Amino acid sequence: MATPAESESISAPRRSPSGARWGRGALLAIALPSITLVILLVLWDRAVVHLQIPSTLLARPLDVLSELAYGLKSGILLTHTWVTLQEVFYGFLVGAFAGFAMGALVAESTWTRLALYPFLVAFQMIPKVAIAPLFIIWLGYGVSSKVAFTASITFFPVVINTIAGLRSVDSEVLEMMRVFRATRWQAFYRVKLRFALPYLFASLEVAMVLSVIGAIVAEFVGATKGLGYLILQEMHKLETARVFAVLIVLSVVGIILSWIIRVMARAALFWHESERGMPN
Amino acid sequence: MTTQGRARDVQVAGLSKTFDTQRGEQVSALQDINLGIRAGEFVSVVGASGCGKSTLMRIVCGLIAPTRGRVAVDGEVVTQPRDDVGVVFQNAVLLPWMTVKDNVLMPSDLRERRKAEHEQRAQELLEMTGLTGFEGKYPFELSGGMRQRVSICRALMCQPSFLALDEPFGALDAMTREQMNLELMRIWTETGATVLFITHSVPEAVLLSDRVVVMTPRPGRIADVITIELPRPRSLKDYGSELFHGYTSRIREHLGAQTLA
Repeated sequence: MATPAESESISAPRRSPSGARWGRGALLAIALPSITLVILLVLWDRAVVHLQIPSTLLARPLDVLSELAYGLKSGILLTHTWVTLQEVFYGFLVGAFAGFAMGALVAESTWTRLALYPFLVAFQMIPKVAIAPLFIIWLGYGVSSKVAFTASITFFPVVINTIAGLRSVDSEVLEMMRVFRATRWQAFYRVKLRFALPYLFASLEVAMVLSVIGAIVAEFVGATKGLGYLILQEMHKLETARVFAVLIVLSVVGIILSWIIRVMARAALFWHESERGMPN
Repeated sequence: MTTQGRARDVQVAGLSKTFDTQRGEQVSALQDINLGIRAGEFVSVVGASGCGKSTLMRIVCGLIAPTRGRVAVDGEVVTQPRDDVGVVFQNAVLLPWMTVKDNVLMPSDLRERRKAEHEQRAQELLEMTGLTGFEGKYPFELSGGMRQRVSICRALMCQPSFLALDEPFGALDAMTREQMNLELMRIWTETGATVLFITHSVPEAVLLSDRVVVMTPRPGRIADVITIELPRPRSLKDYGSELFHGYTSRIREHLGAQTLA
């Protein structure tokens, strides 16, 4: 909000003002990580050869690459990736929506807070991995048990941040809404929700990472498809290069999913300090 | 300017407010405040910080309830915020994700579906405060003075007949502040609304007001009510006049007396 010593300047660049140097910056941003990657790959390869590490422990980078190429071409990797993606997607959606609804209930109503909060805390204390077998028992080896487990693991960060976000609203703003005679729903929908968005998106980024972990862990516990299942299968066959190929796919999937969340956050939070790239 | 609702008179009678501190003590913020504001009158309240002037303002707006006494607008006792009262806070309190225009339209958007006449009204208000061309900007793209002007437009959106301003220019630099004073005078003249203006600036209060209420702290009490008989229209030139100086020194005597006591 308005702080005292503010300059009279009207223009406020959305992005960093170093536009002239953008070209060089972008070049370095691509070149430097590429160099790092090449050095790491060479070191890795030399280490395997010189230390005579058996391929069952650590495969050479090129072997991993050819397994990756084969997996993609044969469609094996894509089939399993698709299964895992579905688990991640639905689990994330269910967990995030349930988490948001629970957070809103707890933050907005004293009754529901008193009735539910102790159980939330208690449930949060259970290591989620420990309940994965239950979901397999209840829902079987298919996608639904993975979705349920993923949802349960993404639920908490969203609950906690929704509560924190809804409580972060400036009391002055709420007072202003009262002066203009906003109803409770209007104050919630038009103001509190918006102020909670930065918190919500921060938790969604965490939840997205957790949902990939959730899907893989649930597949470890019991599955017939998916990347986690594939890792177990290849591990049993000591096909380390293929395990690495799956890890690369998982990393790429994670990067793309996080990027999607960040793009959404940027569009929704253009007004917020965190996205404006200027000190305030 | 579109027609304004009839100006309201405001009666403050026997008003007291005590707050409970966390240690369980009682602090008297206001004690036995009596004040009548005539319809269309511009009344300022000055006093050192902690004299309860903001508490008075919040009770008048219906945001908090008094411990004793009452506030009546046009004879109706205030128990909650009213439709016909416009409020400007010390901070502009704009919603950062809304454009200037949407911020101004917010009070009417809360009440009914947006219509062309609302948009036209917002446009007129922005024009009146020199913000034409900034409709599509966001608050973070504006200076402090411009934000406060948007906040004033928003307060005027639903055509209030009583305008309450709580140190609205306290966060602005001296030059912007003087300019805003002139604009507020013009707005007051154009709308004819009753104004209650809280400030800690003595010259500002004298320049703008029909009457200045001087408050002393702990407990908040009215020390004096001074009628300002400077001819209108007034301008910044009035700052230099003998009469102006007389008023400010009389008010400062009250305020200074407390600090020495």
